[in-house]
Amino acid sequence: MIRRISPATLNVRSEPAWLRILLIAVSVSFIVVMLVLPLISVFTEALAKGFAPYLATIADSDALAAIRLTLLVAVIAVPLNLVFGLCAAWAVAKFDFRGKSLLITLIDLPFSVSPVISGLIYVLLFGARGWLGPVLDEYGIKIIFTVTGLVLATIFVTFPFIARELIPLMLEQGSEEEEAAISLGAGGLQTFLRVTLPNVAWGLLYGVLLCNARAMGEFGAVSVVSGHIRGKTNTVPLHVEILYNEYDFVGAFAVASLLALLALVTLVCKSLLEWKFGDRLAGGAKH
Amino acid sequence: MATTALTGRPRPLLRWKQPSVIPGFGLTLGFALTYLSLIVLIPLVALILRPVDMGFAGFWHAVSAPRVLASLKISFGAALLAAIINAFFGLIVAWVLVRYRFPMKRFVDALVDLPFALPTAVAGIALTGIYAPNGWIGRFFEPLGIKLAFTPLGIVIALIFISLPFVVRTIQPVLQDFDAEFEDAAASLGATRWQTFLMVILPSIAPALLTGFALAFARAVGEYGSVIFIAGNMPMVSEVAPLLIVTKLEQYDYAGASAIAIVMLCFSFLILLAVNRLQRHLSRHRERVA
Repeated sequence: MIRRISPATLNVRSEPAWLRILLIAVSVSFIVVMLVLPLISVFTEALAKGFAPYLATIADSDALAAIRLTLLVAVIAVPLNLVFGLCAAWAVAKFDFRGKSLLITLIDLPFSVSPVISGLIYVLLFGARGWLGPVLDEYGIKIIFTVTGLVLATIFVTFPFIARELIPLMLEQGSEEEEAAISLGAGGLQTFLRVTLPNVAWGLLYGVLLCNARAMGEFGAVSVVSGHIRGKTNTVPLHVEILYNEYDFVGAFAVASLLALLALVTLVCKSLLEWKFGDRLAGGAKH
Repeated sequence: MATTALTGRPRPLLRWKQPSVIPGFGLTLGFALTYLSLIVLIPLVALILRPVDMGFAGFWHAVSAPRVLASLKISFGAALLAAIINAFFGLIVAWVLVRYRFPMKRFVDALVDLPFALPTAVAGIALTGIYAPNGWIGRFFEPLGIKLAFTPLGIVIALIFISLPFVVRTIQPVLQDFDAEFEDAAASLGATRWQTFLMVILPSIAPALLTGFALAFARAVGEYGSVIFIAGNMPMVSEVAPLLIVTKLEQYDYAGASAIAIVMLCFSFLILLAVNRLQRHLSRHRERVA
């Protein structure tokens, strides 16, 4: 028998048109005012005095040094977290052992720590008056106010991104395919490269994308360990702050517009991944 | 004692790991644990053990200073207010994105994640520009005598911005999975649409709403980058706790900085615990429904 849906049935699942329109209007205006306006203002303020001052700020040697440093920090921090994410996900998803859920909770820990505290813990360890600082100083090793400190703080704040993307995805997929590959004589590495990796490739990319965006944009944690030495330990977000505090608003917004562009590119790639490969990302793909 | 036939070795009664043919357990778990300890656990323990170093009296003295208490009050108060506002608007946004069709819906949906992607310093200076007395929005409030930027209100605005996605993204999947047959049942039993929402839909998305609220609150309490530009940073009035940590660090007052940090950390753990319990409740509930 063909079930017929009368208009009345449909109606009980929805609201009157005026309410629908009102709710849509409220949502869209809230998002436009809270999110879109700030984004647009970054670009209008950056170009307030035209293109030439905009380009001049970005081509400034301190700005270029900041860009290089931010890229360097991301190039070190993201791959390290990638290796960690793969190892943690492999151990958690392919084996059953005690303390597994504790491990998953601990991996998420950095997300619930304030960025400033993420920087503080390294100062307490490696700072001039920290526990290990004086000892390391005798050997001529400096961590706080150097690139090493920036990398450590960045690794901390971006720590969970890739692991928390891979773990639910690999748990979902189980380990039958790997067991089959092993029983057919494949080695461990071969199994990982030919069976596991293709299965999680898009989820991995998704995690790397989010990890990279945070690594390049982190402010609080790196601010604490950086020392703000221009041209040396000044990342792009910190450079924005310096210019802003010097009342060079066009300069601050010009450098900020680079970060805003990075955010837009990240959003576009993320949305594309969700639309095209949503079924191959972890169930809770949205963060 | 039970022994395995093949090796003759005694088998532990309680095994901590199930046997598996897949290799690499020791290597991957070993690396993961080492990395986790070096980057996260040891530094955090160093922070938590600070009060032992400086004595409990010193810890209490540092926490109970009026300026510290004021900064904690501002951080927690502004974060609570921002989380409440986001719970309200976040629920509406999630509802609209799941239930209705309208032009550019995908675009709006993608935009919700902007605060996750946009660096906090950029958000901070952009919001300051907009809500300053001569800014796009600030200029409409200036004649009314309401100052937004450089006051505690500015802090709330920045915190609303950075914590909005938490609420929307937590509610969305739950609302998506909600079985519309419950709504039909409610309607056929004579409930009005509003009653159905309050008594059928809202209770089943309440755990998700609470989780999103808690996540937004936790994130907002610790926020630094977007706040310091718009806050004005007046001690006792608009100075947030993370900023006071930075100030104390710059004065080499490690004890004071760690005292504030420990209070905030304890709070974060409580929130994390609450969220974990909520989520367990949530998944049990969803299993029952399914």
